[in-house]
Amino acid sequence: MSNLAISVKDLSKKYGSSLAVSHTNFEVPLGTICGFVGPNGAGKTTTIRMLLGLISPTGGDAQILGEPITSPDKYLASVGAMIEGPAFYPALSGAENLRVLATLGGFAQERVDQLLEQVGLADRGGSKYKTYSLGMKQRLGIAAALLPNPKLLILDEPTNGLDPEGIQEIRQLLRSLADKGTTVFVSSHLLSELELISEYLVMLRKGEVVFAGPIQDLFDQQQPFMIVKTQNEQDLAKIVVIAQSAGHKAHLRDGSAHIEGPAEWAGTLNKLAFDSGILITQLSPQMPNLEETFFELTGNQK
Amino acid sequence: MIRSIARIFFAEWRKLRRPTLLLGTLGAVAFFSILVSSVLFLMIDSPQGNGDRGVRITREMLSLSSGATQSFSSIGGLLGIVALCVFAAQTAQEYSLGTLRNLLVRQPGRIRILVGKLASMKVFAIVMTLVSAVISIAVSYALAGGKNVDTALWFNGDGRLEIAKTLLNVYISILGFGIVGMVLGIVLRSPISSISLGVLWLLIIENIVGALKSSTLNWLPGNQLSTIATGGSQSVSYSHALSLSAIYVSVALVIATVLFTKRDVSN
Repeated sequence: MSNLAISVKDLSKKYGSSLAVSHTNFEVPLGTICGFVGPNGAGKTTTIRMLLGLISPTGGDAQILGEPITSPDKYLASVGAMIEGPAFYPALSGAENLRVLATLGGFAQERVDQLLEQVGLADRGGSKYKTYSLGMKQRLGIAAALLPNPKLLILDEPTNGLDPEGIQEIRQLLRSLADKGTTVFVSSHLLSELELISEYLVMLRKGEVVFAGPIQDLFDQQQPFMIVKTQNEQDLAKIVVIAQSAGHKAHLRDGSAHIEGPAEWAGTLNKLAFDSGILITQLSPQMPNLEETFFELTGNQK
Repeated sequence: MIRSIARIFFAEWRKLRRPTLLLGTLGAVAFFSILVSSVLFLMIDSPQGNGDRGVRITREMLSLSSGATQSFSSIGGLLGIVALCVFAAQTAQEYSLGTLRNLLVRQPGRIRILVGKLASMKVFAIVMTLVSAVISIAVSYALAGGKNVDTALWFNGDGRLEIAKTLLNVYISILGFGIVGMVLGIVLRSPISSISLGVLWLLIIENIVGALKSSTLNWLPGNQLSTIATGGSQSVSYSHALSLSAIYVSVALVIATVLFTKRDVSN
């Protein structure tokens, strides 16, 4: 058996003349947490829907757990998914909604209570879904995705509507699932969260993959930079000019100067600034985080 | 295959048996059953008639072995509209709530989902038919004495056969209406649109078209399905209504199956 949970080859989806997903290629190894990121409309949900057999690709192919996506019945019993937020019957209780899905999938009904406990809904399982808060709905969606005790868990924005404590709980839950061997493929706009838990990353832009691979590889490709603040804010522009004259890329952002360059160059910059009569109050060498990298690769403005 | 259809059946039944839906639907069934049976007997001497479209149903007719089921058979059309609303709502809500994607992830066999859902709704239609039969026959029996209608033949051998025959006919009629609702739900993917269009067609458009040109009653789908419940009418024979309804329902089912299995689930 392949050691890949997801293998996507040249996958495309066209709606009329618009290409929602264009010749996408990426692989997700078994047992990893893979972040799936991209701006709104980049094709993330369309890709996930194709992987789950909900929509047909117009080109290319993909395999889930070694089975082709043209035969979803061969792999979906081992896949849990929450796509585009939770969707349940408002007039049924949370527990009854899970029982509908458990009955449908042939899973033990006892699992419903275990999962409600696991996602922190044990005391509200009997309440109607329509009375749930957004965070509770999200938790129920995650519980539904966990029903089959999945080998592959596909989650689309699982932390939407959750408070910081809830986000942390979900992060811990995903980590513990991955530790037990579950592959987690998770799309989210909370890039800082993905950075904390993901080992792999797939980044989409306008339907095309701009990066796919280990997240460390992505950071290794990025340039370190420095954040500089000065006593007089007007001096920031002069700092940018000094850095650019020395052959470094530099620009102003959020009331500070961002200058590409290794940490070792910080001393030189400080001296150059001092010689020009500029007093630097903050000089922090940094590596770009996922958010910085995302904006750079997707071309989106922060 | 059979096991997965059974699982879909029971999953669907969990949704259909919820108190608000089950009791609400059976409440409507009881209301129409009591209303039509009461009108039939309480207006027996009215010159405006006591049956559908002003038809007079006399004491003599009600005293026959078919008397017990006279009101029950005329309720078929109304029960059919109730079934159409329930089947349409249950199907279309999967699209409007977005729950269809959950169903398809847990059970990717789309035809199996359709068959399982339909099987569950068929059982729901049986419950509706039985409740209506019991109530309408009980109300008819309770009112018959006060209106000097002889009930001696109602429950003899022929009477029981009439009851069984009418049960089957009303059930077929309700099921036909229900399937039309299910198809509308799949095609339109919105409970409000599918129920509105179904009710508008059956209650208003067919009646206007039928009133303007009576020959159209021979082929209008709602009229065929209602005629099955009554076992045939003066203008449309039972066999004609049955065969034409079978064609309508089959064509509608084929269209719905193709749409349900081939269409992308993108909502």
